[in-house]
Amino acid sequence: MDFPLPLNPDPAVTTELAAAHGLKPDEYERILALIGRTPSFTELGIFSAMWNEHCSYKSSRLHLRRLPIKAPWVIQGPGENAGVIDIGDGVACIFKMESHNHPSYIEPYQGAATGVGGILRDVFTMGARPVACLNLLRFGAPDHPRTRHLVAGVTAGIGGYGNSFGVPTVGGATNFHKGYDGNILVNAMAVGVARTDEIFYAKATGVGNPIVYLGSKTGRDGIHGATMASASFEADAEEKRPTVQVGDPFTEKLLLEACLELMRTGAVIAIQDMGAAGLTSSAVEMGAKGDLGIELDLDAVPCREPGMSAYEMLLSESQERMLMVLDPGKAQEAEAVFHKWGLDFKIIGKTTANLRFVVKHRGEVKADLPIKELGDAAPLYDRPHIVSQKQPPLGAIAAPVSNAEALLRLVATPDLCSKRWIYEQYDHLILGNTAQGPGGDAAVIRIGDGPKGLALTTDVTQRYCEADPYEGGKQAVAEAWRNLTAVGALPRAATDNLNFGNPEKPEIMGQFVGCIDGIAEACRALDFPIVSGNVSLYNETSGRAIPPTPAIGGVGLLEDVSRTATLSIKRPGDAILLFGTTEGWLGQSLYLREICGREEGAPPPVDLAAEKRNGDFVRGLINNRALTAAHDISDGGLAVALAEMAIAGGIGATIETPKAIPSPNFLFGEDQARYLATAAPEKAEAIRNEATKAGVPCEIIGSTGGDALTLGDETAILLADLLQGYENWLPDYMAGGDP
Amino acid sequence: MKAAVLLFPGSNREGDALRALKAAGAEAAIVWHRERELPQGVDLVVLPGGFSYGDYLRCGAIAAREPIMDAVRAHAARGGLVLGICNGFQILVESGLLPGVLMRNANLRFICRMQHLSVARADTPFASHYETGQVIKVAIAHGEGNYIGDAETIARLEGEGLVAFRYCDANGAIGGTGNPNGSMNDIAGIYSERFNVLGLMPHPENLIDPLVGGTDGIGMFESLAARA
Repeated sequence: MDFPLPLNPDPAVTTELAAAHGLKPDEYERILALIGRTPSFTELGIFSAMWNEHCSYKSSRLHLRRLPIKAPWVIQGPGENAGVIDIGDGVACIFKMESHNHPSYIEPYQGAATGVGGILRDVFTMGARPVACLNLLRFGAPDHPRTRHLVAGVTAGIGGYGNSFGVPTVGGATNFHKGYDGNILVNAMAVGVARTDEIFYAKATGVGNPIVYLGSKTGRDGIHGATMASASFEADAEEKRPTVQVGDPFTEKLLLEACLELMRTGAVIAIQDMGAAGLTSSAVEMGAKGDLGIELDLDAVPCREPGMSAYEMLLSESQERMLMVLDPGKAQEAEAVFHKWGLDFKIIGKTTANLRFVVKHRGEVKADLPIKELGDAAPLYDRPHIVSQKQPPLGAIAAPVSNAEALLRLVATPDLCSKRWIYEQYDHLILGNTAQGPGGDAAVIRIGDGPKGLALTTDVTQRYCEADPYEGGKQAVAEAWRNLTAVGALPRAATDNLNFGNPEKPEIMGQFVGCIDGIAEACRALDFPIVSGNVSLYNETSGRAIPPTPAIGGVGLLEDVSRTATLSIKRPGDAILLFGTTEGWLGQSLYLREICGREEGAPPPVDLAAEKRNGDFVRGLINNRALTAAHDISDGGLAVALAEMAIAGGIGATIETPKAIPSPNFLFGEDQARYLATAAPEKAEAIRNEATKAGVPCEIIGSTGGDALTLGDETAILLADLLQGYENWLPDYMAGGDP
Repeated sequence: MKAAVLLFPGSNREGDALRALKAAGAEAAIVWHRERELPQGVDLVVLPGGFSYGDYLRCGAIAAREPIMDAVRAHAARGGLVLGICNGFQILVESGLLPGVLMRNANLRFICRMQHLSVARADTPFASHYETGQVIKVAIAHGEGNYIGDAETIARLEGEGLVAFRYCDANGAIGGTGNPNGSMNDIAGIYSERFNVLGLMPHPENLIDPLVGGTDGIGMFESLAARA
């Protein structure tokens, strides 16, 4: 895709120029029919910004409607800057997850940094003070020549932005797979809190109210960023570096403080951050949502450099900017707040009654378009999709190595090893509320001075989604729900970040539709609505799509942040309890992939009723302080979960392996709806009896103690050996060692 | 004890410092960087952590040249207490209130983790609630905390007993793997000659609550609050 340099006069608009803007011939026809004339160059830019996949959701909208988005505690579902839930005592939790995949592949530091900046703005635009960030990262195979560079750059970028801005980055999930070699995923989630009666929305009201530009100046960076995010990569991805924005967390911190101070003055009628497609998208969304027109005079826009055209100003994705509709009576007060923080505050337009988006520049009308149609009449596609073919279940397998050897190897694999090298570059302790930081099932942060807390997690198991999109979609939600439960939190709502390949291919669209249906089913069954989200399509390079990766960001509530659980073994002599049914499902497991070298089979099915029953029971035990540790069983199965608990606590354990199931299946199977826990030995029997009464499978499988893990009849594995592999893989790799 | 926490553009742990001071019983308020005088009767000035002016020049360099720092220098010259944490330490070094420089961490990466410190001496206004040689666990979160001084500076710091805290491991062994950032002599914090100015990279203000990592940091604020 080549864009002409800004010229004066503007170039003539042709079908070819429209195609270069990512508009398909039928989409261009639609524009001609809509406005009854050839659009101006500026108008073409506006259409390309509003009608690209990233902004219009034209391939996904139809299917997103099937997601459950309501619950009595949901204050705002999808469609605003972020989702809002009521967490009691007049406090709301505001959160969203968003991708910055393409920019991060091209320029990892700035791509990741501005991803964090963008999602933080989405949250504080609504009046919330950000209290935590998380992320979900997917990199290519460790031996791919770019992977090390991308891990280093993305990690530094996330840290560089969040640390300076002053929000703790408390959790995340990082995986490696060759399916992401040419297209990594960087999904960032931000969480904020606000008073329920002090939430701000994007919907403009009142005719003739001033439109105010806030924050940083507009430059030529990021032009067509959203359009780039809506196209597949070819081998020339590097050449798109100029479309990546540059982040300034210092200004964002000032913008946060200035916005929150401004909101307290009562001057804000509506507010919207300038994210993808910048000024265009924010202005159109505010007007369209409020059934009002917007008239902008670009001569007033604060610019970083002279001579910027209307086209450039409208499409710039310069960061750290906001647009708001101002109560005209409070203009002076509002301006004083922004000047105190050293930020730009310029009235650049007004709301109008005529439902037009009018843009003036240097005395000329550069655009005059129907505002509702820019948003509402964006193309909506029911793209053809074919249901993904199911993989046959895996048969019996022959264990290539001993279980002890397998476990030692598994904890030292890229997906299961400690991510300390990454998360120690994130300030996860700032604000002084991090009760559980990275490394556990879910992060836990205290809200204000307590006693309430929020549990936060990001999850998806893409290999399950690839093998069976429907079960994989269910599992992503169940896994997030289970991780929140494992720290004692009641899961309340989720945000989704749906990362897929090119939706114009029926098999990719089939993955998308399957995952959506699975997510919807699980969210309904678990009372866990989706309140915000983001769709990232065209994650392909040279025709090769990423594995379907519908990331779920979960939020749970702890009524008392002290009634939580951590995964570490606390003391010798505790009983080890296993909750849930273990059949020994090795299809699509990490054991199969890493130890047997096979990526096959159907993924473990998710029984949502069992998920809920088991989870509710375990949460009750945690909240009653009946457990000394709790951990969700997921990637790598029971043995890996036990190893993680032992490593975290520095205390070993001994468990029995039942004779009814082959021991590799028992130890490494990834059956769902399971938890591993420890409890005082004298309480274990009573817990098991209570579980049985509640219909929750529960067995006492061993006890804690010693400096080794003993799995049934196998040779004991020294904790020191486990720890070494677990902690060293990532630092050794990043230091340049052989993967 | 009346404390003023300075707020520069880009400061971000001012709230954490305020919370710790109040938890220890001190009276504390935020003071905006454009002020030219400290509030009447202030005993302690706290320069909190963060990224003042984005740390886009050398860390702390711009904040160190603000007019309010003249008031801080005058306060210190009168024997008033000054505490600089993390970016605050960097500002104190840049403003000449403490010697040496803070370079990038030896591994060239930002580091956030729990960190053990050995209390070098307890007979100061900042450490009276600790014991000399006590090992405490606090947080670190910095990219440029590698303390460097010329030979004369280090000799003077050591000779006059001006080292406040040293990095150590959980058993109190100083140096080696216990040093996160390459600081000379494992220095985590230093005093001025009169022991009324303390700069340190770690964050005791984040360790004041058993629910959130531990309470080893509160001793510093209790030491301060116990005065006057």
